[in-house]
Amino acid sequence: MSAFGLDQVWVYLAASPLLHLFATLIAFVIATRINRLAGGTPLLHPVIVAIALLIGFLLITGTDYATYFAGAQFLHFLLGPATVALAIPLYDHRERVRRMLVPITIGTLVGVTTAVVSAAGISLMLGADAQTVLSLAPKSVTSPIAMGIADKIGGIPSLTAGLVLLTGVTGCILGPWIFRLTRITDPTIKGYSMGLSAHGFGTAYCFSSIGAVAGAFSGLAMGLSGLVTAFLLPPIVHLLGL
Amino acid sequence: MGLIVGMSILLGCQFLGEVISRWLALPVPGPVLGMLILLIGLMIRGSVPSSLRTMGEGLLKYLTLLFVPAGVGLIEHFGLIGREIWILTITLVLSTAVTLLVTSQTLQRLARRRVSAEESES
Repeated sequence: MSAFGLDQVWVYLAASPLLHLFATLIAFVIATRINRLAGGTPLLHPVIVAIALLIGFLLITGTDYATYFAGAQFLHFLLGPATVALAIPLYDHRERVRRMLVPITIGTLVGVTTAVVSAAGISLMLGADAQTVLSLAPKSVTSPIAMGIADKIGGIPSLTAGLVLLTGVTGCILGPWIFRLTRITDPTIKGYSMGLSAHGFGTAYCFSSIGAVAGAFSGLAMGLSGLVTAFLLPPIVHLLGL
Repeated sequence: MGLIVGMSILLGCQFLGEVISRWLALPVPGPVLGMLILLIGLMIRGSVPSSLRTMGEGLLKYLTLLFVPAGVGLIEHFGLIGREIWILTITLVLSTAVTLLVTSQTLQRLARRRVSAEESES
């Protein structure tokens, strides 16, 4: 009787948004703990660990993504207002932007073009499907913007979301190494390059490992490059013949 | 009450952005236009309302959590990822390295030129 009762409870829970919303929060808390235990390495970034835990959970319980998303969409929805909120740090740094308008403008245009052309170009050369190329093209931008772009140009938004996260991790691993190799020491340049190439992951890394100035510049780069990419990427992709 | 006002401002800007993006059939996502609208609004007002700052900075602080639901969507693309795993890996590593390199070198050169220009002025 009681086993039958538990079955019923599971059937109810599996169909209600509560379970998967709760599971997402718990997975994130556990993932944050694991990351702290591992000394904060970007290889075990909380987001990546949380996603792995949840994918494992869905596979074990035989739940499909649509059912999971019915619960998790409440968190996902907040990406929209969070993107709008990026205007706040941009506004806070307006003086800095005004003072460094020329280097920032040139750096952003060159960086964004490099990110998009290299991602699309390398994957095209390696023979990727058009849809994969279009999902890769916006990979350096923060994911709410990247997903919006992928959706607009005919990529797969959820694939883009995953690739964006992996790009963030890659940037946090490669960045410090590249800066050491090319003797870049200026925290503003480090921060700006990390934010442009590795969005929010780069920004979080700068705040925790380089310093507040690098973090602020990284956040600035993330916001500006997201904005610029949204306008530049569609024509670039069009020029590449996709 | 503050959080409600802050959230309303953010959602209002996103809503306007979404309407403009669809109405003019722009390739730019609605929330990005919303961000631009909010930025212009803040410039005109000259300060960030405290309700907006509390809500906005709260959202940005937990931004990484908000990526998780979409990231779990990778589960639907295991087939594609398995087929193109090397293409994806090589592209991610090379493209990210090139972007970091080109951006930092561009900024470095521009900074150096500015410093030498200032020196020759004085």
